[in-house]
Amino acid sequence: MLEKVLTGPRTFYLWLLFLVCVIGACGLVYWQQLQQGLSITGMSRDVSWGLYISQFTYFVGVAASAVMLVLPAYFHHYKKFKRMIIFGEFMAIAAVCMCSLFILVDLGQPQRMLNVMLHPTPNSVMFYDMMVLIGYLTLNAIIGWVTLEAERLDVEPPKWIKPLIYLSIIWAFSIHTVTAFLYAGIPGRHYWLTAIMAARFLSSAFCSGPAILLLLVFIVRRLTGFEPGRDAVKTLTTIITYAMCINVFFYLLEIFTAFYSGIPGHQHPMTFLFGEHAGHVTWVSNWMWAAVIMALGSLVILIPPAWRNGPLLPFALIMLVVASWIDKGLGLLIGGFTPNMFETITDYAPTCMEISVALGVYAIGALVLSLLWKIALGVKREAGHFSD
Amino acid sequence: MNKSRRSFLKVAGLSAFALSSGVAALSSTAQAAATMPGSSYKMGAAALKAKRWAMVIDTRAFKGPEDYQPLIDACHKAHNVPTIKGSNQNIKWFWLDKFDHAFPDDINAYQAAGIKERMFPLLCNHCTNPPCVRVCPTQATYQMHDGIVAMDYHRCIGCRFCMAGCPYGARSFNFMDPRKHLPKEMPNPTFPTRMIGVVEKCTFCAERLAVGQMPACVEAAGGRILFGDLDDPNSDVRHALAENYSIRRKPNLGTQPGVYYLI
Amino acid sequence: MYNAKAVIVGAVIFAVLFSSPFWLNFGKDDYKRPDVVLPKNEKECVEPVEYMRAEHMALLNQWRDQALRNEKRVYVSSTGKEWTISLQNTCLKCHNDYANFCEKCHIANSVYPYCWTCHITPEGKK
Repeated sequence: MLEKVLTGPRTFYLWLLFLVCVIGACGLVYWQQLQQGLSITGMSRDVSWGLYISQFTYFVGVAASAVMLVLPAYFHHYKKFKRMIIFGEFMAIAAVCMCSLFILVDLGQPQRMLNVMLHPTPNSVMFYDMMVLIGYLTLNAIIGWVTLEAERLDVEPPKWIKPLIYLSIIWAFSIHTVTAFLYAGIPGRHYWLTAIMAARFLSSAFCSGPAILLLLVFIVRRLTGFEPGRDAVKTLTTIITYAMCINVFFYLLEIFTAFYSGIPGHQHPMTFLFGEHAGHVTWVSNWMWAAVIMALGSLVILIPPAWRNGPLLPFALIMLVVASWIDKGLGLLIGGFTPNMFETITDYAPTCMEISVALGVYAIGALVLSLLWKIALGVKREAGHFSD
Repeated sequence: MNKSRRSFLKVAGLSAFALSSGVAALSSTAQAAATMPGSSYKMGAAALKAKRWAMVIDTRAFKGPEDYQPLIDACHKAHNVPTIKGSNQNIKWFWLDKFDHAFPDDINAYQAAGIKERMFPLLCNHCTNPPCVRVCPTQATYQMHDGIVAMDYHRCIGCRFCMAGCPYGARSFNFMDPRKHLPKEMPNPTFPTRMIGVVEKCTFCAERLAVGQMPACVEAAGGRILFGDLDDPNSDVRHALAENYSIRRKPNLGTQPGVYYLI
Repeated sequence: MYNAKAVIVGAVIFAVLFSSPFWLNFGKDDYKRPDVVLPKNEKECVEPVEYMRAEHMALLNQWRDQALRNEKRVYVSSTGKEWTISLQNTCLKCHNDYANFCEKCHIANSVYPYCWTCHITPEGKK
């Protein structure tokens, strides 16, 4: 099936070339980071995790979201998702690659990375996170490849793949739960110390991941004519709407607990993120308010069925993705570390070099995704599953 | 693809995997065999021993920040701690902060001025239930049998999970090469520095206890900081705690800090 | 065979690249054991020289783990002699010529351990 990447239009290869150039340029910035250490980032003694770890967290969610296609198709025999599943699985592979790379670029001593396996530590959540991510990558690679090959040969997938698919459904929930446990099990970080963290992570993943998938599929539809199926898009949009409602609801629960209980430690991260804290206004608060507006805007379009299935859908999805990205990709980390352990404020903003390295990882993810989706599209076209 | 060729490739792949894991297993047994027969390890004869090391700081006996400066200097000199001025990517083993920052759970707008304005020395608490040890994915930070939370800088991968985990901000990360911020002549040539990309913190001077010396800050404090075995009812620290009112930082988190402050 | 030409050319290129270190070094001088400068005043290392030559890195790892994790900072050698465990203060006390002892052999064998980013060599800051 690999030969499918060898035949394509010129624009596809220009796109790949562009990605390779971006990766190369950002790779040079990473090389600088290897020389000068993480001093090139905006992180500090008080805000010791930043953009890298927050992007890792966001993309674990994107990886887990493939389950929103796999679960209805295999647990509820919803056949209409079958044509799109492979794109979800392949997006999960690209997302897990990005997660691993975001962890790698965040390490102070990346060459010692395998110490995590050399000295396995069952009391560390990081250890489990590594295992579930490797497991999820393997599962999706096997399942995606085997089912796609069966489709190409026009035969039923082998029977042994079914248990793996069921396992991958449960596994998807586990990867994001374990990632939430990285945060939710830490004493003294008020913004993270909440039992609802894993539920919030899952709900935000299950709206933002499928939203990204749909947006990308819409682009592919425009470029290649691949038709994901009207009903499939409709159902997935409904799933996204429910997940987003739950996501917003969960955040409001956090706000209630913090402010009705009146416990200062629980309020401070939120007053810091959304307004003034001890006379200090942060740049993040503009972003947080933008997220609030976009989250509500997306819900306004998504909730009425007529609008949800109309031409406004892509705008709603874009707003949803940006809002969830700000919440999880910026607010979560910054609110967790500020106010710091001394209840004072150390500002954090990513530096240009830090953003470049992150962009490089994004480009690698896009490259992996482009190649995998090219294969999938080629097989779909050959097997006649390209449109209705 | 030809069926037999495919099965050949599968078998070949599996054999390569089995072979490489076999080699890996062999090399790890070779590591174990490297011990010289007849050799052994033991504690030094002069080493100070305790079941649970703890520190009691009599903050009443210090007049102001200048009283603490010799302690900070002694600590940072003994461990080649770099001074990185004007950066929040700096390294701190032993430092000072105000009451409201050191004990943020104990905020009181009408606190006596003597306490509100006083500076308090901060260092690693060497907790009984250390969150940093719990979260470390490589056991680069670990708890020793005498209660000291120690670090193996050789093993640290620099993931900084421990810094997120520590509720006391006691850990510093080497964002840059620490030797750039140390004088050409090392302050203490008998002690190593750290390297770029690892986390570091106070060690309760485990290397000094091993040769029968008290921690550097305790020695420099001239009796105003007590250091001893919390498990021994007759130790100095237990007497001091029995006779004085003492507090610890963020006790409600259940970490059981090993550093006590007499107020 | 499909694309026989391309496959054969590819296989030849692979074989040449794969064996290139062998060809590039063919006919060059044999490996010579580097002339390390041994300590002048000390005759005896912690263990016999053959063992130290082959296993010093493993021994140092054991020293590190025993000293840091088990608080056992004294090594009793196979001859019964006691040594304080310290790369910087025990090993380097006798082996004080870093450039002509450690480094010389490491370079000759293309190994680049990073001991000295933390441990201070007798010459001071390296």
